[in-house]
Amino acid sequence: MSLPEIPVVSASSKVPAPSGVPAPSPAPAPVPPEAGPVLAAYHLSVWYGTSLALKDVTIEIPRNQITALIGPSGCGKSTLLRCFNRMNDLIPGARTEGVILCDGKEITSPDTDPVALRRRIGMVFQKPNPFPKSIHENVAWGARINGYRGNMDDLVERSLRRAALWDEVKDKLHRSGMDLSGGQQQRLCIARTLAVEPEVILMDEPCSALDPISTARVEDLMDDLKSEYTIVIVTHNMQQARRVSDMTACLMLDEDSRDKNRIGVIAEFSSTDLLFTNPKDPRTEAYITGRIG
Amino acid sequence: MSALTRHIPASHSGLWAGPSRFRSLTEAGVGAFLLLCATITVLTTAGIILVLGLETLEFFEKSKVGLLHFLTGTVLNPEGGKYGILPLIWGTFQVAAGSSVIALPIGLLSAIYLSEYAPSRVRAVLKPALELLAGIPTIVYGYLALLLVTPVLKAIFEPMGIPVSTFNVASACIVVGVMIIPLVSSLSEDVLSAVPRGLREAGYALGATKFEVSTRIVLPAGLSGVMASFILAVSRAIGETMAVVLAAGMRPQITLNPFDSCETMTTYIVSVTGGEASYGSPEYLSLFAVGMALFLSTLALNLLSEIVLRRYREVYR
Ligand SMILES: Nc1ncnc2c1ncn2[C@@H]1O[C@H](COP(=O)(O)OP(=O)(O)OP(=O)(O)O)[C@@H](O)[C@H]1O
Ligand SMILES: [Mg+2]
Repeated sequence: MSLPEIPVVSASSKVPAPSGVPAPSPAPAPVPPEAGPVLAAYHLSVWYGTSLALKDVTIEIPRNQITALIGPSGCGKSTLLRCFNRMNDLIPGARTEGVILCDGKEITSPDTDPVALRRRIGMVFQKPNPFPKSIHENVAWGARINGYRGNMDDLVERSLRRAALWDEVKDKLHRSGMDLSGGQQQRLCIARTLAVEPEVILMDEPCSALDPISTARVEDLMDDLKSEYTIVIVTHNMQQARRVSDMTACLMLDEDSRDKNRIGVIAEFSSTDLLFTNPKDPRTEAYITGRIG
Repeated sequence: MSALTRHIPASHSGLWAGPSRFRSLTEAGVGAFLLLCATITVLTTAGIILVLGLETLEFFEKSKVGLLHFLTGTVLNPEGGKYGILPLIWGTFQVAAGSSVIALPIGLLSAIYLSEYAPSRVRAVLKPALELLAGIPTIVYGYLALLLVTPVLKAIFEPMGIPVSTFNVASACIVVGVMIIPLVSSLSEDVLSAVPRGLREAGYALGATKFEVSTRIVLPAGLSGVMASFILAVSRAIGETMAVVLAAGMRPQITLNPFDSCETMTTYIVSVTGGEASYGSPEYLSLFAVGMALFLSTLALNLLSEIVLRRYREVYR
């Protein structure tokens, strides 16, 4: 892997402490890893087979904040998200190049255990995918395989409450999670992710199957979780990105001059306020004002 | 009809055919034809049961053997008028159980390996190779038992002072087991690979290992298909004839010694068919009674699996 001029270490240390987090008291020592970005990708490219899906992406996900990924369909938002918990490992032919750091440690290296990584970085998928097991078991499963030793019923209830699903399912916890409506299934998947208490939650369009009421509740939940978790959310809903996120990355499709492939790149990454009120990139402006995409 | 025709826009009327009588006729015809096909299979089954049942009744009438004695008698000697088929039931059970003990775990584990662990290139070679095993005529497996498995068993056990007879249950179990492995592995693999990728991803995203995902998500989700393959394999073992004749011989006896010979229901039927039982004699009719017992035992197996499935199935959509 050739990675010229990437000041990997300095990149994370020169980033100022995210707003909201008080600067560390006069410690002369270098910035502790807790203050740097929890996740970061530098010059990341992803191939599916021979086709390049994501090119030269650099992004730093600040701790205890919500980062939104927006952009037109097919620009690689899900692909980027799946790099952070090495979900793309599971796709035959998928290949990444570049550096991805989690708490300053490189996660793409072969000696990183993807199982341990995924336990710390939870994921809610674009398509609801509850297990064909009971609602209770759907939530308890992940906690159990990770060796949770507390009271399982309490954990299940707490997780379902946080995901705003408890009232709808409390009387039928033994019923199959597959019998729920699409929106309920998605909230069940959120509950399942919360139950293993990850540090980061990656959400791929978590609200695309939800009604406005559940959407509002999930958004409240995200706001709630912010103090303990770091959230990265992919959304097609510009209002949602504005409402919930602190930082926003806008991805775009770049026309490659050599072949006709369209490749995802990051057009702009800045604080949500700035990106929506004063976009620097003309493509971002066109996208958020609804003129393209 | 008239409402439909009126709504076809005038500008399209030249391009679009109106409602077609032919299409609705074929639709009705197809339905009737499919019903006919389904009926044929049902009628065939009903016919078999009817013939078996009638002849079985006649057997009990002519031989004066009571049903209880027929099922629990330990002496089977048609010449002497003794029709206790417990030795056959025991022999059948031994071969079916022994071969299942070999085939079900190996078949299931290779299915899990093929669908979850094997790189696609290994799978592309291994799966057809396994399926090839299923295409070998069963009598070849019989020779395999006689010429390879039994001599090997003799070489291993006789030095220890354990006699191994030329025809023995163990070698029948081994060859029938090998014979039904591909049935289990191939069908189960199909079912396991059909489990949606999203379920696996959900498991991995929670920090599960590949083994946990395979055994605690994929396998339960595909359980009904896996069970179906088990049932098919066991039924095949129960019904297997030629390999068992050559491997285990034809001596009806109740023994726990796996190195002794035995007779199963199917091999008994072969021996009666090959003998000189005259048409209509009790010996000839016993063939149907044993056939009925065979039929009922596979039926019981199917019902059992149905019950097991009801309890443990995890339905995914
Ligand atoms: N498993 C895969 N195999 C091959 N190509 C893939 C795979 N997944 C995604 N791609 C390709 O990668 C590109 C980016 O896909 P991705 O799913 O990341 O887009 P997205 O931004 O999430 O789109 P959407 O908003 O529609 O979900 C697309 O061109 C897609 O065809
Ligand atoms: Mg996507």
